[in-house]
Amino acid sequence: MAFAARCSAVMGSLATAAVLSASAICTPALAQDDTGPLRMGFVTFLSGGAAGPFGIPARNAAEMMIEAINAGEVPAPYNTPGIAGRQIEPVIIDEAGGATKQVAEFRNLVQRQNVDLVVGYISSGDCLAVPPVAEELQVLTVLFDCGTPRVFEEASYKYVFRTGAHAAMDNIAAARYLLDHMPDVKTVAGINQNYAWGQDSWADFTSVMKVLHPETEITTEQFPKIFAGQYGAEISALLVSGSDAVHSSLWGSDLEAFVLQGVARGLFDESQVVLTAGEPALPRLGRQIPDGVIVGARGPHGDLAPPSELNDWFRERFIAKYGDIPVYATYKAAQALLGVKAAYEKAAEAAGGFPTTDQVIAAFEHLEFVGPSGPVTMAIGNGHQAVQENAIGMTKYDEDLGRVTLTNITRYDQWCVNPPDGVSSVEWIKSGMPGAKCE
Amino acid sequence: MLTTVAILVDGLVYASWLFIVAIGLTLIYGVMKILNVAHGSLYALGAYSAAWIIGIYFQSDLPPYGSFAVLILSAVVIGLIASLVIERGVLRLMYGRDEIVIVLATFAIFLILEDFVKLVWGVDPYFAYQPYGLLGRVRLFGLGFAIYDLALIGVAAVIGLLVWWGLNRTRIGKLLLAVIYDREISVAMGINVNLLFAGTFAVGAVLGALGGALTAPAISVSPGIGVEVIVLAFAVVVIGGLGSVPGVLIGALIVGICRAAAVHLLPEVELFIIYAVMSLVLALRPQGLFGRAAVRKI
Repeated sequence: MAFAARCSAVMGSLATAAVLSASAICTPALAQDDTGPLRMGFVTFLSGGAAGPFGIPARNAAEMMIEAINAGEVPAPYNTPGIAGRQIEPVIIDEAGGATKQVAEFRNLVQRQNVDLVVGYISSGDCLAVPPVAEELQVLTVLFDCGTPRVFEEASYKYVFRTGAHAAMDNIAAARYLLDHMPDVKTVAGINQNYAWGQDSWADFTSVMKVLHPETEITTEQFPKIFAGQYGAEISALLVSGSDAVHSSLWGSDLEAFVLQGVARGLFDESQVVLTAGEPALPRLGRQIPDGVIVGARGPHGDLAPPSELNDWFRERFIAKYGDIPVYATYKAAQALLGVKAAYEKAAEAAGGFPTTDQVIAAFEHLEFVGPSGPVTMAIGNGHQAVQENAIGMTKYDEDLGRVTLTNITRYDQWCVNPPDGVSSVEWIKSGMPGAKCE
Repeated sequence: MLTTVAILVDGLVYASWLFIVAIGLTLIYGVMKILNVAHGSLYALGAYSAAWIIGIYFQSDLPPYGSFAVLILSAVVIGLIASLVIERGVLRLMYGRDEIVIVLATFAIFLILEDFVKLVWGVDPYFAYQPYGLLGRVRLFGLGFAIYDLALIGVAAVIGLLVWWGLNRTRIGKLLLAVIYDREISVAMGINVNLLFAGTFAVGAVLGALGGALTAPAISVSPGIGVEVIVLAFAVVVIGGLGSVPGVLIGALIVGICRAAAVHLLPEVELFIIYAVMSLVLALRPQGLFGRAAVRKI
């Protein structure tokens, strides 16, 4: 498969006359790919601000899952060794450095490292930049964590899939949860980072609030710079606004600093705080985050994952191996790897042997599979974009466990918080979320 | 009314932080004419070592208020060690070279130290929140403020006074002022400029590390914090005039108040306002508010 991709790239740059001979050289080599290990590029932040909360935990989960998949130790239906009989050989690279660098790194993975497929990407910027190159090189690429809905709403790809739900459902579920638990909320303020993630999150959240609760008044919108670290003035502005609720999609060290400073100044006592991406910070914040904060995990991951044999196995194995609580990035990494295994094996069963990339793609489209956080359906984006249910909870420090847990968990059906196939999430929200199936 | 109070207090707190961070930078430039890009790394080193040692301190049964002394001590120790390595190890060999060459050298040191921090402390953020909560909260006109933040105003004032006193009321300070005005004549008069350089760099480095150490309790100490700080510190120093101590004070106050006002009144321009002020000052007074117009020597 990698060889085919490499050949096609080479062929693309050759004169037409040379193409025939090039394809003649390439074709026999394809058969050799069916034995030997399946080389998988795994791209995640190993340095920079996103490494601690997401990148390194995702890398750890990927290494653990690859080890378990290769040994056939994952619970059913994943209890056969390898992927369609082939062992996974990972090539892990750092996502830091921006989209331009990642495009070059992607080409390196495919053309120099000869990977058969690439799984990765936490940053939405990378998720928008890499797919066109994946199409050009004809390499199966599975996005595992990034949030922007634009990947499949503004383009259509053959070789690219995303096994994690997109970010619209984070804010739809958060707004629904806020209204479920605080139906008389009147004023809402926001503090979000001043780049696409923060601005989109706030726009989605306020749009949903206006649809579901038109009398909502927006008091102040704060957009500090990413990695600002100091939120004194912003917290004052939120306090002065006296808002009933404060929405934030801050993550990583920014979120941790905001919680430390906000708690010290009483913001969390005076407003109901909603942290849509707050879950990874909980094990680290411990008692520093008060009880009763509304927290999301970008899907039903971590403490929000419904109990199942697969979830119990995943959690226990991760804690035993690394001594850390598995946060949402670990669930999404595991979900991507299990989705890949499910797609390859479905294709192999139909093909009666190790499948070609096209056969894997056909099997992956509209695939239904199970991850540690429950069922996942590749239902939108022409079968390339996953949807799953979402869950939101409230913080509660558990004295027995000695850590923060999430309680009062409410689950939202996948079709309550995701737009139907072919509809852009922004338009769906603005038109009043028609057809949303909420109980 | 509430907003006005908030703008003033937030502005003062932020200005104090900027002052603590930037004064070391301007001191080093004033005396040595070195634009020390590695100042951001000194801040990061201070923050990391403070967060690390505070973590250890609170695992023991020692009195919690002792952590403030540990905080300051750790900054002094790491600042001195770093200054010995940077000044004696690298910069000493470059005195007399073009200013641009030395800026590039400090930039290289900055990059090396950024990786050094990751090598030693890893990429996971560190917390040192205990001292931040220790002092509690106070209400001003109904608005809650962390006393730790307000105490920063006092710390900045003390540092400012000490630097002023050291420069203007001590023998070494007078020697330094002589070096600032004319290095060559100072050497001719028998002043040991190399020793003064080493001493100034050490003080500047300790101030940078102190900035990091005092900030650590309020933030999550993570890779890259040095970059954020150096950009802001440069803005403050340039507004005030490179090398001017009163300039840093005024620059920090202007940036602090303008930023706080923007956050409260027009949050969209918060990012822009600092650089807008800087551009305005540079357009009107290219040498900064307190900078001396340079005399070109032929």
